[in-house]
Amino acid sequence: MKEKKAGWKELPEGDVLEGASSLKFRTGNWRNRRPVHISERCINCFICWVSCPDGAVKVDSETGKFGHFDYDFCKGCGICAYECPKKAIEMVDDEG
Amino acid sequence: MPTLKQLAKREEHFVSGHRLCGGCGAGLVARMVMLAIEKPVIVGNATGCLEVASTIFPYSAWNVPWIHSAFENVAATVSGIEAAYRSLKRQGKIDKDIVFVALGGDGGTYDIGLQSLSGAAERGHKILYVCYNNEAYMNTGIQRSSATPRAAHTTTSPLGKVIPGKVQFPKDLPSIMVAHNIPYVATSIPGRWNDLVNKVEKAVTFDGFTFIDVLTPCRLGWPHEPELTMEISRLAVETCIWPLYEVVEGKYRLTYRPKEKKPVVEWFKPQRRFAHLFKPENQQLLEDIQKEIDKRWESLLKKCEG
Repeated sequence: MKEKKAGWKELPEGDVLEGASSLKFRTGNWRNRRPVHISERCINCFICWVSCPDGAVKVDSETGKFGHFDYDFCKGCGICAYECPKKAIEMVDDEG
Repeated sequence: MPTLKQLAKREEHFVSGHRLCGGCGAGLVARMVMLAIEKPVIVGNATGCLEVASTIFPYSAWNVPWIHSAFENVAATVSGIEAAYRSLKRQGKIDKDIVFVALGGDGGTYDIGLQSLSGAAERGHKILYVCYNNEAYMNTGIQRSSATPRAAHTTTSPLGKVIPGKVQFPKDLPSIMVAHNIPYVATSIPGRWNDLVNKVEKAVTFDGFTFIDVLTPCRLGWPHEPELTMEISRLAVETCIWPLYEVVEGKYRLTYRPKEKKPVVEWFKPQRRFAHLFKPENQQLLEDIQKEIDKRWESLLKKCEG
């Protein structure tokens, strides 16, 4: 007798990854320079926040203002400092 | 149109910890596209930098349902999911409003995936297709694609004694998509977040297939300084190499007009793939490119007026 082939419901699942699990993989050690926030110049326009490819600019949810740079993930590209209209971000050499 | 402060309150669907290069334009595009959509969303991703770098086993940077498909078939894969969703909805097994997004690079969109893209557009699936167009196969080591601009040095259109970089001009994919008579086609860049967010928001309101072509700088392949990613995308707009426009139900509209049209060399200068264009022997080539860009710009302006 011919063996019955598995239907689509019986097929094994492919690789299933847990959502947002990349948060366990820190990319901060790629960096050789880091952004430093100069709060006196900051106008909380959030341009740096939207300009970060790594989502490493954090907004303070309580104050609704600039919070901090997440150095666990910041790769040091410097887009935030370049885009800042008030020059409120400075890139400095990172010593690790 | 949300303000940045409103956007910042939304949950991120494309999170930190992905392994795209520092300063990668594709990371910016993915983040902005996901921030622009508030409804539940399902994403399909063609093979390419974004897919490879955002889902290195066992990690994923996506916190929405996301599926990887091969280079050539993301539009077909998402078509299938969307069709299944419609069937389930008809049967009353699901009542959520879900947005479907397909993401592909220029390799998976302009070249290898063009047939599945065309098919999905013709069938009219309710999908937003976003092409993050970095103008070559960057993931596999910078090979030319049909989106690569003329004179760009890539490993398969190498600068040398025989040719001065790529010989052909890039394919005009947005026009091909307009010819499918789909409700919405647009171009965008990551350097103007409001333009991109606005267009994504608008695209997902249409009942049909929509397409956004996003010029996405690649610091590794173009190559440029990493902090210039957004600036270079804006230079492409200011030089009219990459005009920002949308086509709603076949009607063209310029969404941004540069105050003063800059010469194309302004866009070439920060990119090393074009460094040879500044040698005296390539003066003629530079003029030819300017002429072609002028021609394409004029033709677009006519479409927008008409």
